Amino acid sequence: MSMALYEESVHKTFDRIKHSRLNAYITLDKENALGTAKGVDDGKIAGRLAGMTVAVKDCITTKGLLTTCGSKILSGYVPPFDAEVVARLRNEGAVITGKTNMDEFAMGTSTESSHYGPTKNPWDMTRVPGGSSGGSGAAVAGLECRMALGTDTGGSVRCPASFCGVVGIKPTYGLVSRYGVIAYANSLEQVGPMARNVSDAALLLDVIAGHDPKDSTSVPHDARYTDHLVDDVKGLTIGVPKEYFGEGTDMKVEKAVWDAIMTLNRLGADYKEVSLPHTKYALSAYYIIAMCEASSNLARFDGLRYGLRTGKDENWHATFSRIRAEGFGEEVKRRIMLGTYALSEGYYGKYYLKALKVRTLIKKDFEKAFKGVDVLAAPTMPYPAFRIGEHQDDPLSMYMADVDTVPVNLAGVPSISVPCGFAGKLPIGVQFIGGFFDEPMIIRTAHTFELNTDFQKLPEGF
Amino acid sequence: MAISVKDVQHIASLACVELDQAQQERFAQQFNSILEYFKELDGLNTEGVEPTYHVIGLNNVFREDEVSESLPQEEALKNAPRHEKGYFKGPRIV
Repeated sequence: MSMALYEESVHKTFDRIKHSRLNAYITLDKENALGTAKGVDDGKIAGRLAGMTVAVKDCITTKGLLTTCGSKILSGYVPPFDAEVVARLRNEGAVITGKTNMDEFAMGTSTESSHYGPTKNPWDMTRVPGGSSGGSGAAVAGLECRMALGTDTGGSVRCPASFCGVVGIKPTYGLVSRYGVIAYANSLEQVGPMARNVSDAALLLDVIAGHDPKDSTSVPHDARYTDHLVDDVKGLTIGVPKEYFGEGTDMKVEKAVWDAIMTLNRLGADYKEVSLPHTKYALSAYYIIAMCEASSNLARFDGLRYGLRTGKDENWHATFSRIRAEGFGEEVKRRIMLGTYALSEGYYGKYYLKALKVRTLIKKDFEKAFKGVDVLAAPTMPYPAFRIGEHQDDPLSMYMADVDTVPVNLAGVPSISVPCGFAGKLPIGVQFIGGFFDEPMIIRTAHTFELNTDFQKLPEGF
Repeated sequence: MAISVKDVQHIASLACVELDQAQQERFAQQFNSILEYFKELDGLNTEGVEPTYHVIGLNNVFREDEVSESLPQEEALKNAPRHEKGYFKGPRIV
């Protein structure tokens, strides 16, 4: 009888990754992964994730393991510490497989802007896996790990979950520590779990959630999400926000999401149409706020303390500007510059302050809606995965893809995306949005939906 | 007001990113279409609405002023491309 069950299984996972064409990972950590698996086999390592393979998005700091954020400017950066979420994974015996590909600095919806090449969608190799946590989504869907961590600033966990046919959770702002997460837009982003089913996603959330004194935006809040994996939606009222349907939304997506609502209705939930009237302003407000925060956050990449430093030193401004020109890709430059512009003298009120006021109205929309319903149901993405290169020369058209995901980040509320159908062979996702810290409600709704439907499939050939 | 190539050069200098001529031209055109889209917000009356900088009530987080474990100097310098005598080495400022 073999006593190396976990070790063998981890070997198999790395074999699969080795022969994969998905480009889901930037860096692998095979040696440590096998060491952990062996420790679990030998009974030396235990915990709630003991022996389970978990992939980590490359903007999340890992001690001793290359962390690039998908950018050339962080090439060679080996962090001297673990992000809090990574420390929690290790503490529970998780086998960390490696670091997953992503849009550079999490700025994107397709994982095409990575310096390390695009990740492919396991359902159709000519299409994007979504982004920015596209490597995590593809790795989970393509069986290159059991679960993964992503980050969601404007939909970056839910979009790849939807495009890759897996489950992804964007937690309430403040629920999960951001210590050690390389910031893009820190008032919007949260680390979130991705997995092939709601149970695994809830388990991963159990492990990473919880107060961290090292993150001043971390909120003390105790809950055990796996306790809410129940098959019951009786008596719940589902709100259907009308602004998330209609113009710009693929008919097949609209139908699949309505079918999901009808399924829950048959299982005992009520539903009613609600209005979130400021939804159409969310995209502009989101991009202005995210770009402004990015322009400030990314000022730290100067080639001084870490990362790329090339050529001969000239004066400070010339050296700094040249390193950033070489190290940042085009989308990152675009966002830093638009943020710089929006924060510059004379424009602060017109763009940044205005966007923050719109954010207040969007947050109030949600607060008002949740007075009459328990959970909201809407499409995660307006359409299924698009083709690689489809939005290449038109950044605005790429931004538009985030229309259904960004309002949640502006408001700070939690949302889970689960598979709810197919358009041809491409998966479609429905998102269930909850009130502040009401992850139990969205997990319960998603779990019930998953148990009573059959959309949790593997891509052909996997 | 439309963004010109000259405006793009100015913003690039403020943001410390060098751009080549082709990029400057491309960015000018793209910035105009993105900023045109953002104009949508102008149509929304936000008079008397408070801005939301943060969705959770942020408070100062204090701790006792006690020395705790920190990164050893050697570790802190490990990722620095250029360092000298225990310091990060930067380009000339003046």
